[in-house]
Amino acid sequence: MSRVWTIAAKELRSYLVSPMAWVVATVFLGVSGLLFYNAITWFSMQSFQLMQYQGAINQMNVNRMVFGPTFQNMVVTLLLLVPMVTMRLLAEEKKNRTAQLLFTSPVRLGEIVLGKFVAAVVLLSGVLLLSLYMPLLAWTYGALDWGPILSGYLGMVLLIGAFVAFGLFASSLTENQIVAAVLTFGILLVFWLLGWAAQLGGAFAQVLEHLSIITHLDSFIRGVVELKDVVYYLSAAAFGLFLTHRVLESNRWR
Amino acid sequence: MIQAENLTKYYGDVQALSGVSFHVDRGEIVGVLGPNGAGKTTAMKILTCFMPPSSGTASVAGHDIFDDPLAVKRSVGYLPEEPPVYGELTVAEYLAYAGRLKGLGRGDLKAACARVVDRCGLDKVAGRLIGNLSKGYRQRVGLAQALIHNPPVLILDEPTVGLDPAQIIEIRELIRELAQEHTVILSTHILPEVTATCQRIMIINEGRIVAVDTYENLQNQVGTSRQIRLKVSRPSPALRDRWLALDGVLDVEPDPEEDGAYRIESRLDQDLREDVARVAVESGAGLLELAGVAVSLEEVFLRLTTEEKEGTA
Repeated sequence: MSRVWTIAAKELRSYLVSPMAWVVATVFLGVSGLLFYNAITWFSMQSFQLMQYQGAINQMNVNRMVFGPTFQNMVVTLLLLVPMVTMRLLAEEKKNRTAQLLFTSPVRLGEIVLGKFVAAVVLLSGVLLLSLYMPLLAWTYGALDWGPILSGYLGMVLLIGAFVAFGLFASSLTENQIVAAVLTFGILLVFWLLGWAAQLGGAFAQVLEHLSIITHLDSFIRGVVELKDVVYYLSAAAFGLFLTHRVLESNRWR
Repeated sequence: MIQAENLTKYYGDVQALSGVSFHVDRGEIVGVLGPNGAGKTTAMKILTCFMPPSSGTASVAGHDIFDDPLAVKRSVGYLPEEPPVYGELTVAEYLAYAGRLKGLGRGDLKAACARVVDRCGLDKVAGRLIGNLSKGYRQRVGLAQALIHNPPVLILDEPTVGLDPAQIIEIRELIRELAQEHTVILSTHILPEVTATCQRIMIINEGRIVAVDTYENLQNQVGTSRQIRLKVSRPSPALRDRWLALDGVLDVEPDPEEDGAYRIESRLDQDLREDVARVAVESGAGLLELAGVAVSLEEVFLRLTTEEKEGTA
């Protein structure tokens, strides 16, 4: 198990000494910050107008009206950024032939896969947690319920885990990082779009809704941590990691 | 120490190795020789458990590559053709990472790093990023990585490729030193390298082992005659006739490019250097130089690899 940390620590280091981590953090915080600014400005304008009506102001809820959309916007930003982070994980090792060190060291394949996974999840979660300044700001200047915020962040971390697992899988398939990124983006986009397809109704609507990445996040944002949603993200991550393991194993035999 | 039985490897339809069997004893240095694409790297990748063979099996340091790959990996240090180094790490960071991957504990790690840094002459560059190092230093970092867990077996794939002549000599000396404590297999297509470092030579061609033996035996195996090269200050046709009259001399030829130089071919089982010299001195030709010409490894190699081709054709 200590090898998992060894590999994760090395990967994190590689991220932090390359511009990639910093660019991803900047873009994520910039984009989500801008969208947060929009949401909170709209919210305060609405509040200002509703002050003229008795009692209407009580319907304004910063959690629902600001952080709901903000979390959704973060998901879209991650949809674009996660492939950039995960694309190098295995593809680069294969391309630079450094995989030979990894695969001829007394380390299990599972430890390699987990180490890489942990590194990317830690990096992206770290970037995500930097956005905690948003609820802190709202809390400083208004009434904020921390419950849904924290459960929302928990959901986001779980979602990152699922995203990264699929990114890792795509990276195991090729030694071309661009191919890995495009593939990851494709996979994530399909899972995201399933939520929209579900809204159209029809026989499969419920199945699609259960498969969608978005719908499972909704309850977290509402402040409800349900077992089925946690299981959804954990099993999606486990499935991605399992596929990665199988690909690496079968590559050896070719 | 290393036992390979009937290793066969297919890449799709291409057969890279066909039925390769060999063994390497403890403390030996064995050179694997072969043209590009002969299967040297494939054989090494199988022995290091980087990939399994299509059929056949092997054991390294008593561990089977299928039953206990982790134990095999622990007992092997592998330097691939291209050193597996990360450009974004410093030499010290990289070696610490490699050491941890190979299971060194916190206590042993520091000592192990210091040992390989010293051994491979990396002390001047330990704090530098590998990405900024020259090819020669990267090669040494790769070698240091293979040594870090002090494995009983070292497998080195073309360890001197891309180095300058001074570095080549250094690395060869290092390998010879290492052979005192480790069993070494090294591959190369540079022929003199094998004679310079290895006790036994394994020649691979088109996925088959063509010959395994010491250099001397290989010479005798392919050589049909011995040659002596000599130079006199006063050459004469009479001298040539006297040499030809010696028992065992097959041919005497003057060197067209150098005045007074001769090439004398004799039977394989007879060393005629003494007789040839005596004749030259007795006839007063003024002997200047005399040397036995060994069949060069290039010749051995070419003969073995082309014979094989004729055999299979």
